[in-house]
Amino acid sequence: MNDTLPSALSIGLARTGIELKEFFRLRETVVFTFSFPLILLFVFGSVFDTDLAPGVSFTQYFAAGMIASGIVLSSFQTLAIGIAVERDDGTLKRLRGTPMPPVAYFLGKIGLVLATSLVQTAVLLAVGAALFGLELPTDPLLWLRFAWIFVLGAGAGTVMGIAYSSLARSSKSAAAVVSPVVIVLQFVSGVFFVFTDLPGWMQAVGSVFPLRWLAQGMRSVFLPADFAGAEVSGSWQLGPTALILTAWLVIGSVLALRTFRWQRPGSR
Amino acid sequence: MDTDSLPIRVRGLAKRYGDLTAVRDLDLDVRAGEIFALLGPNGAGKTTTTEILEGFRERDGGEVSVLGQDPQRAGRAWRSRIGIVLQSSNDYAELSVGELVGHFARYYPRPRDVDEVIGAVGLEPKRNTRVRALSGGQRRRLDVGLGIVGSPELLFLDEPTMGFDPQARRSFWELIRQLRDEGTTILLTTHYLDEAEQLAGRVGVIVGGRLVEVNTPAQLGGRQQQRARVVWRDGEELTAAPTNTVAHLSQQYGGEVPDLQVLRPTLEDIYLGMIGAGDE
Repeated sequence: MNDTLPSALSIGLARTGIELKEFFRLRETVVFTFSFPLILLFVFGSVFDTDLAPGVSFTQYFAAGMIASGIVLSSFQTLAIGIAVERDDGTLKRLRGTPMPPVAYFLGKIGLVLATSLVQTAVLLAVGAALFGLELPTDPLLWLRFAWIFVLGAGAGTVMGIAYSSLARSSKSAAAVVSPVVIVLQFVSGVFFVFTDLPGWMQAVGSVFPLRWLAQGMRSVFLPADFAGAEVSGSWQLGPTALILTAWLVIGSVLALRTFRWQRPGSR
Repeated sequence: MDTDSLPIRVRGLAKRYGDLTAVRDLDLDVRAGEIFALLGPNGAGKTTTTEILEGFRERDGGEVSVLGQDPQRAGRAWRSRIGIVLQSSNDYAELSVGELVGHFARYYPRPRDVDEVIGAVGLEPKRNTRVRALSGGQRRRLDVGLGIVGSPELLFLDEPTMGFDPQARRSFWELIRQLRDEGTTILLTTHYLDEAEQLAGRVGVIVGGRLVEVNTPAQLGGRQQQRARVVWRDGEELTAAPTNTVAHLSQQYGGEVPDLQVLRPTLEDIYLGMIGAGDE
């Protein structure tokens, strides 16, 4: 048989298209996903109406954390729940019975995460700047820094989400298994509170996970350079941030490849 | 027949789940271009066997060749030559029929024309309808459409007409026959004996993880040798020569025999006898 199989890349792009169609057609999901960070920004910005340092409002500090959280939500949480559901409802088994290469499925998920997290971040920045006085950096180097932190964070969240999806035994338990992890991480990573205000042991716990580094990385973009002195180590720690996010990306990739299953556990 | 060219050839298949033997010493040949129906009670090993043939499960023993390859090791090229219609699922609710068939067509090296597939499964009027708005029968037709969009040489159908109304089943059978006439080999598992009788050239009965008999629906379990029951208003008779009996009766009544019926054991009677449920 000389028929050439379609390339994994072309099928991966087609998968991205299908994933995005499915996502954007669930209007209530779209509205809540994109408005949730804005609502939080508004609520926290109104409650803590103080400046953390000269020229640094709490809103500005919190916005960086919300961008980091948004990346974790639209990569880790979306995939951990979404793939568990697809394993349960037969999507994965049906795909397994076709010549679609598995890598194309993952490319589709990566495409979905990139598109949704970019839109989410753009909406947050635009509305934040327009309504809540959020100040955006003008230095292109800061945007470059934003880009690599964003990509590493989204990448780590994606592979960890794929790996974590195997922990939920059914679609019904998926949200219960995934959501608490994300919420607790937000509390211990300096998203809802200023990181340096947390007790030492909590800082230590938070520092194991990527969100704390993602949030600090985003602060390095959206806060004035001299605010670095107010961070735990007195600097933005960009080197360690790159290292730790990359480590999670690598560990997550290995776990995702090792643990991925096409069928729900216990099916015979 | 050269057994190397059989679409499906199984010798001594074995599969265990822990202490439970699901399939043992199972042999099976499916010939090119036939519809082969696999019958058997729940838990007899039908699904295990088909899932091993589909490459979803690994076997514990025996030889399996599907389209000349071992499903456990076969790759994408092999997958592009088979079509699988699993038991009902509820995925892809937000996509339209046309989008979904068009998308799956992209997985294959030589897909069928998308409009032709949608037409073949009778879903033209639903082309732009979202999957969640389809009825159960339409949903199942879509499943078949996705199974055949890659123009498979071999099609697996797992209980394809579960929950259909009688009319939908008839038109579904028409579609399956049409696929066979185009040269597709079909392995069908079903609980409906009339469906097996209508569609299959041969049926195989699995009981307790073994294939106990393979035959045409008309000859399964010595069905043709069994005596017929002639029933009429005033009596009944078991006979090996029912035509004689009827001719005799006709003379007796001077033409029409009141309430005449000639009954042979149905495939269901034979099947229930084979799986040991006939005495219930």
